[in-house]
Amino acid sequence: MPEILDQARTQVLGDGVGLDQAGVLAVLNLPDEHLPAALQLAHDVRMRWCGPEVEVEGIVSLKTGGCPEDCHFCSQSGLFTSPVRSVWLDIPSLVEAAKQTAATGATEFCIVAAVRGPDARLMKQMREGVAAIKAAVDIQVAASLGMLTKEQVDDLVDMGVHRYNHNLETCRSYFPNVVTTHSWEERWETLRMVRDSGMEVCCGGILGLGETVEQRAEFAAQLAELNPHEVPLNFLNPRPGTPLGDRPVVEGKDALRAIAAFRLAMPRTILRYAGGREITLGDLGTRDGLLGGINAVIVGNYLTTLGRPANADLELLNELKMPVKALSATL
Amino acid sequence: MTTMTTTPLWCDRCGEAATAAAHPACASARQLEPPRFCPDCRRRMKVQVLPVGWSAVCVEHGEIRG
Ligand code: SF4
Ligand SMILES: [Zn+2]
Ligand SMILES: [Zn+2]
Repeated sequence: MPEILDQARTQVLGDGVGLDQAGVLAVLNLPDEHLPAALQLAHDVRMRWCGPEVEVEGIVSLKTGGCPEDCHFCSQSGLFTSPVRSVWLDIPSLVEAAKQTAATGATEFCIVAAVRGPDARLMKQMREGVAAIKAAVDIQVAASLGMLTKEQVDDLVDMGVHRYNHNLETCRSYFPNVVTTHSWEERWETLRMVRDSGMEVCCGGILGLGETVEQRAEFAAQLAELNPHEVPLNFLNPRPGTPLGDRPVVEGKDALRAIAAFRLAMPRTILRYAGGREITLGDLGTRDGLLGGINAVIVGNYLTTLGRPANADLELLNELKMPVKALSATL
Repeated sequence: MTTMTTTPLWCDRCGEAATAAAHPACASARQLEPPRFCPDCRRRMKVQVLPVGWSAVCVEHGEIRG
């Protein structure tokens, strides 16, 4: 057994204290033959500190495309020659999407907009949309609308948005290679305001942007410092027309190493499968990740790409004897 | 009005001419993506992805759903 896993067994599994950056790096550098042991330990940590439930979420794009920012992985930036066009979702369709999501047994519905930060029109659409969802559907509403002002944070709390997603995307040292129109620190500032407001903080990122393994460890440590309620983990799905459109996808084993390492850095967080798992991990790898530290999934489609049918994920959870977290348990 | 074409003129993923069996990578990618280009006129469509399904609208040829 490699030393780092012995250390993690005592420190993370035993005491609930996450690995630091050096420890995460050691896990990311484990040779293939120790990957099963790392995944098993990460799974044990998840079971001990989070329990067997899996949190299921659906997401929808309220405003797609035409974003003024230049995140190099994103097909919704208006600055690249991506084929994604700008489009707004109307409120009846938004409510219908929430109903479809609730019908899968999901307890979370996240409304996402491709913007630098919300303007008055978007905030009005949110206010009406969240109220319409709450009147019609039993589901918790989360939002992801970019960088916020303090006033907008307060408005979202007032609307009853219980969790806010704002991804740091990658570590601080690599961020300027991925985004030039705003800084990592600006994102951190929004996260700080969200935290102070009492909303749950959801913050993750994308692996496979060209960061080094060391930078992946740096990212895990920075997320652990933020201590978010939820960490969505995406794997780059290279989008045509974006600056990262020709990058290779993350190797399945590297993705699994990262899942184990992020779990060992953050024993109590909700670690969610987000985009890209279909191409990086496939069906078999998806199962390995759920048995290696993941305890939440996005079901159904993403914002501009499609996912597996919700049924396929729900059947897998059933087979793995992992109950879907019920709404009563989240309130 | 939605016009049905049996042989699309344009690849609905990359927008290039759709010659027979010419876009295997696009066809494979399309299993996890909605269409982006109208197969009849090559215009970029307005595409809304929903948790279940998607809709794509060409200003000239109308809406398709999947
Ligand atoms: S801010 Fe969001 S929508 Fe805009 S380019 Fe960046 S990731 Fe895409
Ligand atoms: Zn094509
Ligand atoms: Zn057309």
